[in-house]
Amino acid sequence: MEGEPSPRSGACFHQGSFPRAVNVDLQTDATLQVDISDALSERDKVKFTVHTKSTLPNFKQNEFSVVRQHEEFIWLHDSFVENEEYAGYIIPPAPPRPDFDASREKLQKLGEGEGSMTKEEFTKMKQELEAEYLAIFKKTVAMHEVFLCRVAAHPVLRKDMNFHVFLEYNQDLSVRGKNKREKMEDFFKNVVKSADGVLVAGVKDVDDFFEHEKTFLLEYHNRVKDASSKSDRMIRSHKSAADDINRIASTLYTLGTQDSTDVCKFFLKVSELFEKTRKIEARVAADEDLKLADLLKYYLRESQAAKDLLYRRGRALVDYENANKALDKARAKNKDVLQAETSQQVCCQKFEKISESAKQELIDFKTRRVAAFRKNLVELAELELKHAKGNLQLLQSCVGVLKGDT
Amino acid sequence: MAAEMEPPPLGDAGQTDFREIEDGEGFFVSTVTILESPEPSSPDPPSMPAEGISTNGPKQEDISLDDDPEDLFAEATEEVSLDSPEREPILSDGPSPAITPVTPTAMLTPRMGLGTAEMFERSLDELEEDESGDTFDMHIAVSDPEKVGDGMNAYMGYKVTTKTSMTIFSKNETTVRRRFSDFLGLHSKLASRYLHIGYIVPPAPEKSIVGMTKVKVGKEDLSSAEFVEKRRSALERYLMRTVKHPILLKDPDVMMFLESSELPRAVSTQALSGAGILRMVNKAADAVNKMTIKMNESDAWFEEKHQQFENLDLQLRKLHASVECLVCHRKELSVNTASFAKSAAMLGNSEDHTALSRALSQLAEVEEKIDQLHQDQAYADFYLFSELLGDYVRLITAVKGVFDHRMKTWSKWQDTQLLLQKKREAESKLQFANKPDKLQQAQDEIKELEGKVQQGEKDFELISKTIRKEVSRFEKERVKDFKVVIIKYLESLVQTQQQLIKYWEAFLPEAKAIA
Repeated sequence: MEGEPSPRSGACFHQGSFPRAVNVDLQTDATLQVDISDALSERDKVKFTVHTKSTLPNFKQNEFSVVRQHEEFIWLHDSFVENEEYAGYIIPPAPPRPDFDASREKLQKLGEGEGSMTKEEFTKMKQELEAEYLAIFKKTVAMHEVFLCRVAAHPVLRKDMNFHVFLEYNQDLSVRGKNKREKMEDFFKNVVKSADGVLVAGVKDVDDFFEHEKTFLLEYHNRVKDASSKSDRMIRSHKSAADDINRIASTLYTLGTQDSTDVCKFFLKVSELFEKTRKIEARVAADEDLKLADLLKYYLRESQAAKDLLYRRGRALVDYENANKALDKARAKNKDVLQAETSQQVCCQKFEKISESAKQELIDFKTRRVAAFRKNLVELAELELKHAKGNLQLLQSCVGVLKGDT
Repeated sequence: MAAEMEPPPLGDAGQTDFREIEDGEGFFVSTVTILESPEPSSPDPPSMPAEGISTNGPKQEDISLDDDPEDLFAEATEEVSLDSPEREPILSDGPSPAITPVTPTAMLTPRMGLGTAEMFERSLDELEEDESGDTFDMHIAVSDPEKVGDGMNAYMGYKVTTKTSMTIFSKNETTVRRRFSDFLGLHSKLASRYLHIGYIVPPAPEKSIVGMTKVKVGKEDLSSAEFVEKRRSALERYLMRTVKHPILLKDPDVMMFLESSELPRAVSTQALSGAGILRMVNKAADAVNKMTIKMNESDAWFEEKHQQFENLDLQLRKLHASVECLVCHRKELSVNTASFAKSAAMLGNSEDHTALSRALSQLAEVEEKIDQLHQDQAYADFYLFSELLGDYVRLITAVKGVFDHRMKTWSKWQDTQLLLQKKREAESKLQFANKPDKLQQAQDEIKELEGKVQQGEKDFELISKTIRKEVSRFEKERVKDFKVVIIKYLESLVQTQQQLIKYWEAFLPEAKAIA
């Protein structure tokens, strides 16, 4: 599979049909390239075909594919999180669950309301909903792929055993979704973590870099969350407006065919115009979704992952400081000094190891983020311009024709 | 134009006659009297009065113009006659028939065949344009809404400014203050005077209890400001439509409304007044009657038009609803874009990479400008498109009402005919019953009924003719209105896109500058 020629470019493209929403800037190389070459949407699950090309010796072949489902991606992600060795890295955020519920509901409602609209309207709306379904499908594929690419690009994570199993083992991984108890455990873990997170965040860091990062990330994460939800709402309104124009176009068409006066020409022309501008408006909303909303959503997840890293470092720092205190106490009492010394050393090493890698990770995070925003904002502006110019041309030509007619 | 009735005799004789018939007599009654009066110079109302008409042309216009006995329009009539010598001789005003009881429907139908009817309508149109002397040059503005009074008795006063060069008005520019109930009162008078004879009287803007209460209570927020603006605009459109109608323009109440500084308070417009309740009762009765009248439509034109208006009504309502949705969503989009802009600004603030931070702030600015753009577009959607559709939905209700009146007129006529028939049968029976005084009575009644039948028929033909003219005028107006508004609306859309392009073009280099 052709990787990107320049190392700075975006996520893995593949010869398949899915255009990628690129939210990360990755350094890919020939030793390990991963992509999702195909995907199948069944009733309530999606099956992804994960395709790997590698020159690494630990794989049996140079090129192979397996089929994976969403739960298996989650299993892989969680295995990274739970691995102490990776405490010092930003774990690439897990892809969100494929969610076709809203789309399915709309298709169902359309089916129920079939009797109340004309055949053309029904076909039109059905086509649109199907396009929406397809768009959601493509997005979920992209997000799962980005996750894998991030892992593959990471110098340490790409060597992970579980990752290799994930890529190569061509049987079902039998990763059952977490049962109720495990979900409850997770929930409590998160509660404890957030309470803890507050504690840990409160501890002033000696290191300026990390102190700055902490403040920055906390604020940034909240604001990205806000921006993400507001952009979603804005885009939804945009889609609703485009749908309205669709209905207006249909009614204008009926009016045009019924009318016996001069104005019928106007109605028909405007109906035709609105059909076209509506498609453009829908594309604008879709592109905004891809370039803006998805970008924000992704960095919401990434900034959370970065926060988690800081939390882990904070925890390690606390442990280190506690170990120091214990050592002092032990020395004072002259009891279990060796044990305390070993324990303190372990904590110290752990902390320093995390700090070192965390620093690099956070710097990389910033680089990735800036590059992704730049790419997406530029593309967003270019697409907005393209669509606005398209709209303008259609409108102007229609006005010209109509004015000429009167 | 109410140029229907058979022209009365030539010359002043006719006019004088008309003027003598003053107060209290309805329009038709007076004309009938004219026709039956033994005017020596009266030519026999011929079936094809082509020649007759041309000479009578001008005068017939005068007659039909003024139903107002007070003759405010003496001057107007003068002007009309001056201008109208070129009038089309083909202009037939209508079925001549009135005198003979043999119903002229037979005569009516062939003449109302499609070709003739079109010619008829066209020439009437030309007539309209010629006849008012000046071309239609009038502009009415409703402005300066001001709250008068306090509490629940408060109301909004509007300034009504009329600018015109038409000579039927006493001044070139008049300004008066009116309140909403004045407008309703005007409409109610015009409706009661003209609707039942077939004129499409533009409906007044609707009452709104919620809207007005907010204003009364003194709530000074965005929604009540919007309500007042919406109403002001609607009142302006209402007045313009009313004066565009050549007959309504000359109605004394309209003149009084536009010119006199004080207007008697129109109380009967209140919903719960005696008049209001009477209106509601009548409406219900009408609805019932409509269902029971089964009319023998001999004229395909009416059948076709009726169906056309039904279809138009349906589609316009649908379109109106969709456009209202669009307005709502665009407003929502504007609000959401503004909120996103703020959020993006905050994000830009916390971003620690300088260039990206600046770009995000720029994005926030762009989105803020775009939100204003959406708001303006929603405004255009509403005032240009949505309100036009709303107006036409209401206008078509008036059109349908006029068609209904025709049906009622027909029904009345038929009923009278049936009654006449019964009386005739009774009379023939009495012939053999040898009851002389009863016979005499019956014969008198028959005579009276014969007159009524004639009148009924005349009424029916008159209203049919009026409706044809009105519909043609209405369709012309409709086509003009829609064409103008559609183009204006599209131009507003063009402007929005041009602005969008400007904004994004300014942003692009900023985005590219992120390093």
